[in-house]
Amino acid sequence: MPPYPDINGQRPFGRIAEAQPDRVTMRLLVIEDDRDAADYLVKAFREVGHVADAATDGDDGLAMALGGQYDVLIVDRMLPKRDGLAVIGALRAKGMETPALILSALGQVDDRVKGLRAGGDDYLPKPYSFSELLARVEVLARRRVGRSEETVLRVGDLKLDRLSHQVHRGQEEISLQPREFRLLEYLMQHAGQVVTRTMLLENVWDYHFDPQTNVIDVHISRLRSKIDKGFSLPLLHTVRGAGYMIRDGAR
Amino acid sequence: MTALGKLFRTTTFKLTLVYLTVFALFAAFLLGYFALNTRRLITEQITDTVNAEITGLSEQYRLGGIRRLVAVVDARARRPGSSLYLVTTFAGESLAGNVTSLPPGTLDNAGWTETAYRRLDESDSADHPEHRALARVFQLPGGFRLLVGRDLDERERLYNIVISAGRWSIAIVIVLGLVGGLFVTRRVLRRVDAMTETTRTIMQGDLGGRLPVAGTGDELDRLAENLNLMLERIEALMHGLKEVSDNIAHDLKTPLTRLRNRAEQALRSAKKESEYRAALENTIEESDGLIRTFNALLMIARAESGQARENMSEFDAAEIAHDIGELYEPLAEEKGIALKVEAETPAPLKGNRELISQALANLVDNSIKYTEPRNATVNGVPGEIVVRALSEGDRILLTVADSGPGIPEADRSRVIERFVRLEQSRSKAGSGLGLSLASAVARLHGGELTLADNNPGLKSIIALPRGGPVQIGG
Repeated sequence: MPPYPDINGQRPFGRIAEAQPDRVTMRLLVIEDDRDAADYLVKAFREVGHVADAATDGDDGLAMALGGQYDVLIVDRMLPKRDGLAVIGALRAKGMETPALILSALGQVDDRVKGLRAGGDDYLPKPYSFSELLARVEVLARRRVGRSEETVLRVGDLKLDRLSHQVHRGQEEISLQPREFRLLEYLMQHAGQVVTRTMLLENVWDYHFDPQTNVIDVHISRLRSKIDKGFSLPLLHTVRGAGYMIRDGAR
Repeated sequence: MTALGKLFRTTTFKLTLVYLTVFALFAAFLLGYFALNTRRLITEQITDTVNAEITGLSEQYRLGGIRRLVAVVDARARRPGSSLYLVTTFAGESLAGNVTSLPPGTLDNAGWTETAYRRLDESDSADHPEHRALARVFQLPGGFRLLVGRDLDERERLYNIVISAGRWSIAIVIVLGLVGGLFVTRRVLRRVDAMTETTRTIMQGDLGGRLPVAGTGDELDRLAENLNLMLERIEALMHGLKEVSDNIAHDLKTPLTRLRNRAEQALRSAKKESEYRAALENTIEESDGLIRTFNALLMIARAESGQARENMSEFDAAEIAHDIGELYEPLAEEKGIALKVEAETPAPLKGNRELISQALANLVDNSIKYTEPRNATVNGVPGEIVVRALSEGDRILLTVADSGPGIPEADRSRVIERFVRLEQSRSKAGSGLGLSLASAVARLHGGELTLADNNPGLKSIIALPRGGPVQIGG
């Protein structure tokens, strides 16, 4: 049974926090008109160690986003006074490039496309799980650092060369199928961060539907058998209840 | 009066009026032009004749003096006809001719004149009306004057005939036009009324009603036929919607009830923290399943309503077969099933890539679920799934063939319906919506999903038109 957040303690999301000890503190703004949902998100983000504010309508949200130094904005699609997409549009028009994740009850493919076109950086249909949201927000925040530009990715003694398409663990060369290579590449780009199954399906396979059976798990276990099997220190970790993470466990 | 008012307000009647006005004006113009031209032609003829006669008479005068002229004019004046002759002295005394009672001063000016006159043989009687004539006065050398002219009665008569014919024909055009217009309008109005009547009953909730089609194949029939097609579509959609809501009611309420029961039970009897935790974990799992079912339902409804038609693009179906095969291959292998893809040649297709991928994924997922592993053979055949993409005429076929238990022929159309799972598969996980979604996606693209026997096993075929869905009526 997957261990869902601790209900008894003061920090329900402590377990997720524990999975990522090297978490960098982020400043987040939640723009959501449902006060319960906003409070829940702010509280949850604070518990895992981030700084979070909330705005309950589009105008307030825009003003706060313009004034504060936020790392990521979490914007509900339908807001009073000013629609979520309009808030993002206004920010982009003013030259603010703060990454924005759109939350929407409209989960269809073309709605997602509309959201991304309006300047959103990621899209999450409601209802979502907090671990999914957290993983995506952290990836967005980290993306600003520009890690994806590197041609050689390293995690511990695992090395992936994006130009020659070669993967080494220590001195040993590991041969991967093209898709396995892309899977590993994505995981290594986000080393130290939780990556959910949906994120993998979207970014490695470019599918936005629910494949019913958890096909991703099987792909991960194949990859794991290639990069971790026979090595004393595992690098590819399962974050229970959330997803996967590649990280140098020695630290 | 209201019926008549309704008649007058119709488009047909207004059109009739416009056409009628145009035709009447045209007829009037035509006849007027004809009348004026006839009149001009006659006038021209008169002037020509008169000129010739004057030339002839002045020649006589030149040859034989006034006496010869008078003799010739006398002779001509006696002939019956419409010609006018008069020869006078300088002082105006008549020497010869057949004209009298000209208005004073007529002879003073040489040249053309239109004048009233009386014939000499009618001058005594007052009841003879004055005639009008077109005449030319000619100054002869020696002070004599010669008048030659033609009576205009004929011209006027002809002119009047044409004008009155014109009046009559315009009157007839108007009367016939109005009557015809009213007739046509009433016919059209009756049909439109019948349509309106049907529409009203449909609006009152009887979706089974259809507009009457007269069978003449005219524009009203075409309109009625198209509206009927539309009504059929609406009825199908309404039916689908009702089915969806029924299914939602049935298949979402069941897990919701379960969810609620478990939560209640946990509240009532759980004592330890671990028990609470287990109950809550269960709740989340159950609600995730609910969300999944709900999303699938929404997706089907959307595909069926045709909304996803906007996101169509060109892509290769063979590539999709390879991608989906690659996505599911590890899962199949884990279960001991061989998953093969046979799609060598490109199969270009226009459609919604995401939805078609999902439909194919559902079929493969289904096959993996129901196919036994390779070592545990079914009917002596090892567990195997083959995904194919091939072109066949103007269709693209995406097929998934497995060696599982298959579906009895009698059940095949039923399992495509929402939520239908055969009894033996109740134990397997899944919303029971996979095949329905694949079918809805196929229909969205103007194609279909069929299930066939793979001898042994099941062969699911998504057949799609290469060029994407054909728009109805467009």
